[in-house]
Amino acid sequence: MQETGSNLGIYVHIPFCESKCRYCDFYSITDKGLISNYLSALQTEIDLMARPDLKSDTLYIGGGTPSLLHYKQIGQIVDQITMAFNLDVTTEMTLEVNPGTSTVRDLQDYAAFGFNRINIGIQSFNDDYLGFLGRQHNAKQSIVAIEAAVSAGFNNIGLDLIYGLPNQSQKDWKQDLLTAIKLAPKHLSCYMLTYEPHTPLGIDHEAGRVVPLSDIRIADMFRMTHDILGTAGYEHYEISNFSRGSRWRSRHNQKYWNLSPYVGLGPSAHSCSLPRRWWNHRDLSSYMDALKSGHLPICEDEHLNQEQQLIEGLYLGLRQTDGIDLKSFQERYQIDFQLYFSRALDQYFAENWMSIDEKNCRLTVEGMLFLDRIIDELVELID
Amino acid sequence: MKEIRNFSIIAHIDHGKSTLSDRMIQATDIVSDRNFQDQILDNMDIERERGITIKSQTVCLPYKANNGKQYHLNLIDTPGHVDFTYEVSRALASCEGALLLIDASQGVEAQTLANLFLALEHDLEIIPVINKIDLPSADIERVKKQIEDDLGLDSKSAILASAKEGIGIAEVMEAVIEKLPPPQADPDAPLKALIFDSHYDPFRGTIVHFRVIDGRIKAGDQIRFMSNNATYKVEEVGLFQIVRNPSKEITAGQVGYLIAGIKTVSDTRCGDTITLDAKPCSVPMSGFKEAKPVVFASIYPIAADDYSELTVALEKLKLNDASLIYEKDTSVALGFGFRCGFLGLLHLEVVQERLEREFDQSIILTVPSVQYKIILNDGSEHIVDNPALYPDPTTIEQSLEPFIKASIIVPDKYMGAVMKLCLERRGINKNYQYLTSSRIEMIFEIPLSEVIYDFYDKLKTVTQGYGSFDYEIIDYRISKLVKLDILINGERVDALSQLVHEDRAQQRGRIACERLKDEIPRQMFKIAIQGAVGGKIISRSTVNPFRKDVTAKCYGGDISRKRKLLEKQKKGKKRMKMVGKVMLPQSAFLAVLKTDSES
Ligand SMILES: Nc1nc2c(ncn2[C@@H]2O[C@H](COP(=O)(O)OP(=O)(O)O)[C@@H](O)[C@H]2O)c(=O)[nH]1
Ligand code: SF4
Repeated sequence: MQETGSNLGIYVHIPFCESKCRYCDFYSITDKGLISNYLSALQTEIDLMARPDLKSDTLYIGGGTPSLLHYKQIGQIVDQITMAFNLDVTTEMTLEVNPGTSTVRDLQDYAAFGFNRINIGIQSFNDDYLGFLGRQHNAKQSIVAIEAAVSAGFNNIGLDLIYGLPNQSQKDWKQDLLTAIKLAPKHLSCYMLTYEPHTPLGIDHEAGRVVPLSDIRIADMFRMTHDILGTAGYEHYEISNFSRGSRWRSRHNQKYWNLSPYVGLGPSAHSCSLPRRWWNHRDLSSYMDALKSGHLPICEDEHLNQEQQLIEGLYLGLRQTDGIDLKSFQERYQIDFQLYFSRALDQYFAENWMSIDEKNCRLTVEGMLFLDRIIDELVELID
Repeated sequence: MKEIRNFSIIAHIDHGKSTLSDRMIQATDIVSDRNFQDQILDNMDIERERGITIKSQTVCLPYKANNGKQYHLNLIDTPGHVDFTYEVSRALASCEGALLLIDASQGVEAQTLANLFLALEHDLEIIPVINKIDLPSADIERVKKQIEDDLGLDSKSAILASAKEGIGIAEVMEAVIEKLPPPQADPDAPLKALIFDSHYDPFRGTIVHFRVIDGRIKAGDQIRFMSNNATYKVEEVGLFQIVRNPSKEITAGQVGYLIAGIKTVSDTRCGDTITLDAKPCSVPMSGFKEAKPVVFASIYPIAADDYSELTVALEKLKLNDASLIYEKDTSVALGFGFRCGFLGLLHLEVVQERLEREFDQSIILTVPSVQYKIILNDGSEHIVDNPALYPDPTTIEQSLEPFIKASIIVPDKYMGAVMKLCLERRGINKNYQYLTSSRIEMIFEIPLSEVIYDFYDKLKTVTQGYGSFDYEIIDYRISKLVKLDILINGERVDALSQLVHEDRAQQRGRIACERLKDEIPRQMFKIAIQGAVGGKIISRSTVNPFRKDVTAKCYGGDISRKRKLLEKQKKGKKRMKMVGKVMLPQSAFLAVLKTDSES
């Protein structure tokens, strides 16, 4: 597994959206009247969590829809973070924006605050699918947003796309990919649509009102994504993530997958400093109440035992095409990966789901399609 | 003896029986409010959730009446479901009267009726009590009219009460004294006492609940149970006063308990008569029946290692449940387990839930069956309740199945719906009669196998809760019996087999295949599910293989979510059974169990 070292990552959650997308189960609310109260609570949390002693090499402001904030409010957050943590010019600073929410002016200001990476929630370049997903923008606004980011001087732009929608054809998805490639982002996240319980889409699915695309078609789309993006020069470095060469990978997201320490600020945000993981209340008022009385807004705090850490190591390692680094795996868990899991591995090699060399063990593209099952079986072998 | 009153409360679920009992107990000061647990009489989880009482909790209340005299009020609790009609009848046989409790906003409902008729059969004096008059929706006049028209009782004597607010409780207490007769008994005759319940105490053994009809009983007496002539030396007698309160002797008319070194409750039989060994009474109480199991099913531990734990759990359960019988059973698919007999399907469910909740056992239950009689070509007769023991069909001359006489009481507007339901269940309508101008009793003869699944639930549905149902087994009749097997990828899973009427096989097979399809997790290969009778496939379904199995989404920094899911699945796997290469979850076995409800 690739080490991003012990540097800290910082995530700030902005829990506000114009309206809720139908598939979304991130924590966000639509009452913008609460923004300024939230920002003062956030200031308190930043102060309580301050770690000026640790170098932070990533800052990610996500949501929700951070670009709903006034640009000055975003600037303020950056100032507060800069005071409380140890950032420098090499820090990867990402801001998530949604099409239709930021002007070129705004984007120029973001750049002036120090952001060097913009991630845009495109989801689809097809207005019908955007409607189905309950997104607020249309395809035209997406193009405008990307162009605006470019003209504001952003070089490192990432786009989020979703595929595997009901009735979506291979051709439709291919079209989205080609449009994206033409816009030449440095980074692409392509997620399969998931039906999360309790979301409007999840409820429709459960009630049979929405018929998901068949697994066969989705699997084909996954393969096609790998092939098309690969040909266009994108490296498939994690199940759903692609970059124009390894230097444009999302440094921040890799912290999640490489078990590096990160601090999450804002409601529902997760933090990690192994063997500890903890997360904040997923509810703005509990979050603010805690901070008002001077407490950290922590909802749950876990200390992972060896087995739990091992489960995570397997799951996160195999999500990435770098795979599991055999040597550091041995050091971390005192386990010889190949020996310990040999009962299952042979079958994976035979099916061409997995490959191994002296250094790493990784899933093939075919293997990635069965990641859940593979992890399930490996976890069962742990005793 | 003039100062004793023995009575029960008859009520539909939720009409307030437990609340009223609590109020009456409070009215007598035997417990101070502070340490008074809510609804003491109803203390088992399962019963509470299902709103039924299975184990009677009797209480003897010392009460000083308005006339200045001191009384003993024995409130005898009764279970409330058809599986336990016999137990109810024994409890009522110990009473002189009953409170008929009716919710003022709901009115008279079905369940009340069967028990009311039982009470009338025992010539009990009935006091109607209209409860929940505090509710805005209370309609006292309507309920009074129902009491007159539907029940044929005098509504002028009905007491208006709110158990919740404590209204009318004093009137209820006084009416028990005034309206219910004291027991008529001869304290000097030889001992004759009726066992109406028993329960198990880990320190003292079986506690027998009884009513002394004649004579008296005290510690040191050598007693005899008249059904089996077993004798015991009485160690202690006493009254139920929330806690057991030992006393010197229990005399005619009184209700109490005894402890006599009886190891399990199975050694006592509800309805049996206790007498003195040295000086027995001439005839026992009438109406005694051996509780006979009518529904049979096998119970297996999910993990084979848990067999010994399950054995211990069943032994413990049996201590307190005389009606449960079991013996060792084995299955190719499930390993070692037990074949069990139950009084009815509810009893089965209660046992299953107690094993899971009280004893923390993960179990698989097979499809319940009745006892069939199989006559072979050589003329020999065999009782079969286990599909595994069903003989080779070519050797069978004839099969017989048990029939019941079902009595169903409903408002006459549901007659058509009940008729349809019973005919669907291969029932034969024998008779019907009007009990009142709008209430009708319908008599059917139905195969027992057709009512052990979900008949009672269905009846309640089609009669909107107004149907009451009671049954007794009458005889065995010739039947066309077949064994339905389930094959998974060609392999027969013996624990999924069931004995069914030939006309039902097709439908059951189809539903079983459909249900299993939804319960068996997909795998990398195709899974074929087939229903077969003999060598013939009568139904099939397929679980398609995976084409992908990946959660591509990642939830930001929330890594715990997926890890917790993996941990849960790992635990869940321990609850699966492998059949060949196919993993069968516990839910698959349950799904087949429920095949009788339409899909
Ligand atoms: N409003 C009102 N509610 C009552 C009264 N008596 C009982 N209840 C409520 O009715 C429900 C069922 O009562 P419970 O005694 O458990 O009924 P049981 O199933 O007959 O034992 C409970 O929620 C009680 O609080 C009453 O007189 N008035
Ligand atoms: S904009 Fe993003 S966070 Fe907001 S509702 Fe839509 S998907 Fe969810």
